[in-house]
Amino acid sequence: MDVLGHYHYWISIVLMMLGFYIVIARGNLVKKIVGLSLFQTSVFLLYIAIGKVRGGTAPILDDRFESYSNPLPHVLILTAIVVSVATTAVGLGLIVRIKKAYGTVEEDEIQERDADRPKP
Amino acid sequence: MIADHLPVLQVVIPLIAAPLCVLVQRGAIAWILACLVAFACFAISLLLLLQVGDGGVISYHLGGWAPPYGIEYRIDALGAFVLVIVSGIAAVVLPYSWPTLSLQIQPSRRALFYAVFLLALTGLLGIVATGDAFNIYVFLEISSLASYVLVAQHRDRRALRAAFQYLVLGTIGATLILIGIGLLYMMTGTLNIMDLSERLPEHYESRTVQMAFAFLTVGICLKLALFPLHLWLPDAYSFAPSSVAAFLSATATKVGAYLLLRFVFTVFGWEFSFEVLPLDLILMPLALIAVVAGSLVAIFQTNVKRLLAYSSVAQIGYIVVGIAYANQTGLTGSVVHLFNHALMKGGLFMLIGAVGYRLGANVQLTDLHGLGRRMPFTMAGVVIAGLSLIGLPLTVGFVSKWYLVKAAFEAGLWPVAAVVLASSLLAVAYVGRIVEAAYFHPSTARTANVSDPPALLLVPSWLLVVACVYFGIHTDATIGVAQGIAQSLIGGAR
Repeated sequence: MDVLGHYHYWISIVLMMLGFYIVIARGNLVKKIVGLSLFQTSVFLLYIAIGKVRGGTAPILDDRFESYSNPLPHVLILTAIVVSVATTAVGLGLIVRIKKAYGTVEEDEIQERDADRPKP
Repeated sequence: MIADHLPVLQVVIPLIAAPLCVLVQRGAIAWILACLVAFACFAISLLLLLQVGDGGVISYHLGGWAPPYGIEYRIDALGAFVLVIVSGIAAVVLPYSWPTLSLQIQPSRRALFYAVFLLALTGLLGIVATGDAFNIYVFLEISSLASYVLVAQHRDRRALRAAFQYLVLGTIGATLILIGIGLLYMMTGTLNIMDLSERLPEHYESRTVQMAFAFLTVGICLKLALFPLHLWLPDAYSFAPSSVAAFLSATATKVGAYLLLRFVFTVFGWEFSFEVLPLDLILMPLALIAVVAGSLVAIFQTNVKRLLAYSSVAQIGYIVVGIAYANQTGLTGSVVHLFNHALMKGGLFMLIGAVGYRLGANVQLTDLHGLGRRMPFTMAGVVIAGLSLIGLPLTVGFVSKWYLVKAAFEAGLWPVAAVVLASSLLAVAYVGRIVEAAYFHPSTARTANVSDPPALLLVPSWLLVVACVYFGIHTDATIGVAQGIAQSLIGGAR
């Protein structure tokens, strides 16, 4: 199996797992959002790698260019990037409100401060 | 001429109305606008259901670009049926939402609330209407982002925590779906659903396609809140404002189930999902655990909305059980349960929200004491919808359970039938706790002076309760549609 030849997939897998690990392991909500962004970004790289043709150029209609990369995944990922930015914005917005309501952005402290409330 | 554009109007009308709600700024006007939009969507979806009623398919080419190059909106019987569920629930919940907002949301934010609500509606309708895999992802994120914001609107600060958790898990689910769609594109070079379904059979043995299936299934199950991926659901539903809880519980998970049906049966096809890969062996145990565990946990809840949320986990289990049978009767039960569960759970969340409106709090079981007498109409509605949840004859719950049990015998899986029936007993226990609190306890100081809520709350809730009984007696309408859908999904396979 060609392991090194697929290095672009390895990059996205490693990035994805890093992001996923941060989301799970970190108690700080801002760090969780950073991890989530990393998780999404790894998928963008996967898409961009799909569209690339070795030796291909940008899709320019001209006699001098014979092979070009598929632009569609790249366009798709522009949309996904917008979605990711929106997700990050909503997440950070929630964190701002959590900070105002609780005075902290650490998950364990938030749980402590709710401990005296009646169980939902 | 307008009739040709119905598939896209369904999505565009709420999308355009959302910024209008922001512009008008006045909460009351935004509310009326949102209600009108929801009624219009409901009317359109009914028209669409009539148009596709005899097995037809509506294909709408966005901007006149022919598929597979352009984006296609494709409405078949399943799509139209789910559209009717989503827009119908929106048309009932939106009128209801106004009085409850006065307690839960500041006046300056009410117009924004309706803008976000309409965006959530846009996303949910868009997922169902579109015939393009990437478009599904975009609409999924529109609806999800809007629902995170909606959940966070409750005054209880724990709603923020619930919304954050929902955001993290929802984004992970959507990203997994994005990977799945990317892998499919990698193998087939197309994103159009029909085109995908034609090109996939030659790649059935490809590891890439099998991984795409795995990513899509896990991502969709996260959105669908199938056990053990349901962790976001109880918090999100119990802290969300009551109208939001009613809307999301009745529509968001249904659209998740729609996605599962669409990808498993239309895109990958029956043969791939159940013969090349053993999807039923994975879904069936998880769904059965969801049915039993969800009901068991619901019995021990003290907060009524949380109880209903865990019951939702169990009911989603029923829907997935029907899919995992992989036969026509099971699918019929599953599809009809989409509709039935939306009716009963929507109605229950709305009625409990009405109780919360009177008591001004997140309703605990002890708050219900004596309400059987104080709020007779509200609690009578809760009892009827609760009986439907148990699956008593003459209610819709019975119809879906009948088909799920029948399918178990057809497939020779009688232990599954036993679990489905046993879990009905568990439902008796948790619905019984609500009824017991409301009817067999004297009223407390808090509940001594309350009365039935205003008609604006009661009438929409009762519409759903009456529908629970109506469609429980006149089963031909829903079963007929569901059977047609099941047949077209399974196709020639069985």
